[in-house]
Amino acid sequence: MSIAQQNPSPETFQKTPVTARRNGRSAGFRYLLRARMLELAREREVAFWIFVFPLLLALGLGFAFRNKPADKTTIAIVAGPEARNVLSLVQNSPEHASIHVEIVDEARAKDGLRLGKYDLLVEPLAPGQVQYDFDPARPESVLSHAEVDQALQSAAGRKDVVATRTFTSSEPGSRYIDFLIPGLLGMNLMNSGMWGIGFALVDMRQRKLLKRFVATPLRRGDFLLALASSRLILMVIEVCLLLGFGVLMFHIRVMGALLSILLIGAVGAIAFGGLGLLTASRARKIESVSGLINLVMMPMWIFSGVFFSYERFPGAVQPFIKALPLTALNDALRATILEGSTLASQSGRLLVLGLWGGISFFLALRWFRWT
Amino acid sequence: MSAVIECRDLRKTYPGKVKVEAVRGLSLEIQAGECFGLLGPNGAGKTTTIEILEGLLEPTSGHVTILDLSWKSQAREIREQIGISLQETRLSEKLTVRETINLFASFYRAPRPAEEVLTALQLNEKADAQVGDLSGGQKQRLAVATALVASPRILFLDEPTTGLDPQSRRQLWDIIRTFQQGGGTVLLTTHYMDEAERLCDRIAIVDHGQIIAEGSPAELIAKLGGHHVVEFALSGDFDGDNAAWQSLPGVESVRNDDGMVSLSVREPHRTIPALLERVDQHSAELEHLTTRQASLEDVFVNLTGRHLREE
Repeated sequence: MSIAQQNPSPETFQKTPVTARRNGRSAGFRYLLRARMLELAREREVAFWIFVFPLLLALGLGFAFRNKPADKTTIAIVAGPEARNVLSLVQNSPEHASIHVEIVDEARAKDGLRLGKYDLLVEPLAPGQVQYDFDPARPESVLSHAEVDQALQSAAGRKDVVATRTFTSSEPGSRYIDFLIPGLLGMNLMNSGMWGIGFALVDMRQRKLLKRFVATPLRRGDFLLALASSRLILMVIEVCLLLGFGVLMFHIRVMGALLSILLIGAVGAIAFGGLGLLTASRARKIESVSGLINLVMMPMWIFSGVFFSYERFPGAVQPFIKALPLTALNDALRATILEGSTLASQSGRLLVLGLWGGISFFLALRWFRWT
Repeated sequence: MSAVIECRDLRKTYPGKVKVEAVRGLSLEIQAGECFGLLGPNGAGKTTTIEILEGLLEPTSGHVTILDLSWKSQAREIREQIGISLQETRLSEKLTVRETINLFASFYRAPRPAEEVLTALQLNEKADAQVGDLSGGQKQRLAVATALVASPRILFLDEPTTGLDPQSRRQLWDIIRTFQQGGGTVLLTTHYMDEAERLCDRIAIVDHGQIIAEGSPAELIAKLGGHHVVEFALSGDFDGDNAAWQSLPGVESVRNDDGMVSLSVREPHRTIPALLERVDQHSAELEHLTTRQASLEDVFVNLTGRHLREE
């Protein structure tokens, strides 16, 4: 905006003696890092994807799964002489509030079950005798069966033989949002590491900027170091922003030390930076590296426990899941943020991350196409 | 004077299903303070050659020394002393002109002050504009600025004015001349003969990866045998063969381009009357007659039978 005031005219310029500049060893690194940060700050889309998008994701998912009342189960009683009796039993049971009952004829009941309208069919066979009809592969039907059976039995007078007490918890630390925030943090570090390094490098290669840098005395190591440093600076902002957001919006309790979290974040950022470097080592076109990056990240979105626990996958694949870098990062972040585990107790996971980063970096440097 | 750029029997073969021999035995010797041009059509191997000399491509075989240094063992030392502008580098659009120049300055031990380069390249007014907002000519000047900020002894320019408007081209020519007047050596590639003719002290004409002629523009034109070109076309049935035209007085060589005949002549005032008489004898009709100074284009056509701009 104020270009004029900063520009000396040629005349004034000639009068000002210009002292020759001499650059030290680290000048290239410092200027590159500065240039990279300026570029990122001026690129609005980048700021959105790195900083705003994960917050929106946390907000959306956090509210979607927040304090959700227990689901009502909807069941059908097949019309017949005993239907009324069964209905009144259900309605007088202690569980009546969570069961919605309809009496319908058999054909409609079967249809409704098949289409998912009803979780369970109850067919009175004779006084004091019913038949349940449901699909055991549907979790809500299994729950419904247990609940309705309990309702009928207790309403009909069955006495519990074991005295039980239940204690339910929706305290900070065990809610879905508590599980989600560290996972989002890990996923975000993966996304921004892979794109921030891999995409940026191929973009520079396609624009021949990489070649132009190689044509100067700039050390290649300094160039990579500047790129990695810009990632670490962004990582600190990403971690603080998402954690701060979780604390303010969802009252998440951060149990571990912030420094430990940042250190884990740094190891993660470097590991995914290395993977990004590897994916970018040969590709000449942005299109090809984009596909490659998505291919690398896709299994981790699914398997590494970002949105749901990977314990749901069969035991046989668990070792493979745990060897994925995002799994190690998410587990280490969850342990530190939610349980306050020490850094030392996470050394195994950090080692997994370190190996991924180190091996990728080593291979990338062997294959890297600079020109 | 000693050679600052020297290469011997340079060869570059790109492997693949169909092997491409981009450079086939090319030798050069460029003296300090010279402006040397590699002139040739697209695909002649100019860019491959200059990138080998810039240390960006490994030659398949051959020997290169820059400032008596070798790329194999003293690459950094060479890089400190040369400035390079590649064909079409897209610099970061979000950085300003000044930031870009300062960035490149930071890579060298003893760069020129950014302000001085901004002034020299007439980029002062745009110093705080982002690169994305520059015109094509300004972007190209910035690309040369990133090379000049190195305070180089040799400037390598690959197609520096391709795609620029006439005014921007002249601006760049001035900048290159000023650098040369300050004692610098320039190696540039171009497929514009006028650029090579005006700017270069010496030229190598490159075709199919080889140098087919070398010398100053004047020498190369003189080698044609005549400094003038007489071009004409005839209508009617008469179709004189080349030998017939060759026999006209003062004609050094003849070319026939689909009925358009070009004669390289030493003295047009002797050739033209004879030509008109010959045409009259055969009662043919001149459709077109021009005479002009011979150019490097004629040299190229004479050597290869093709035009520089032909695809």
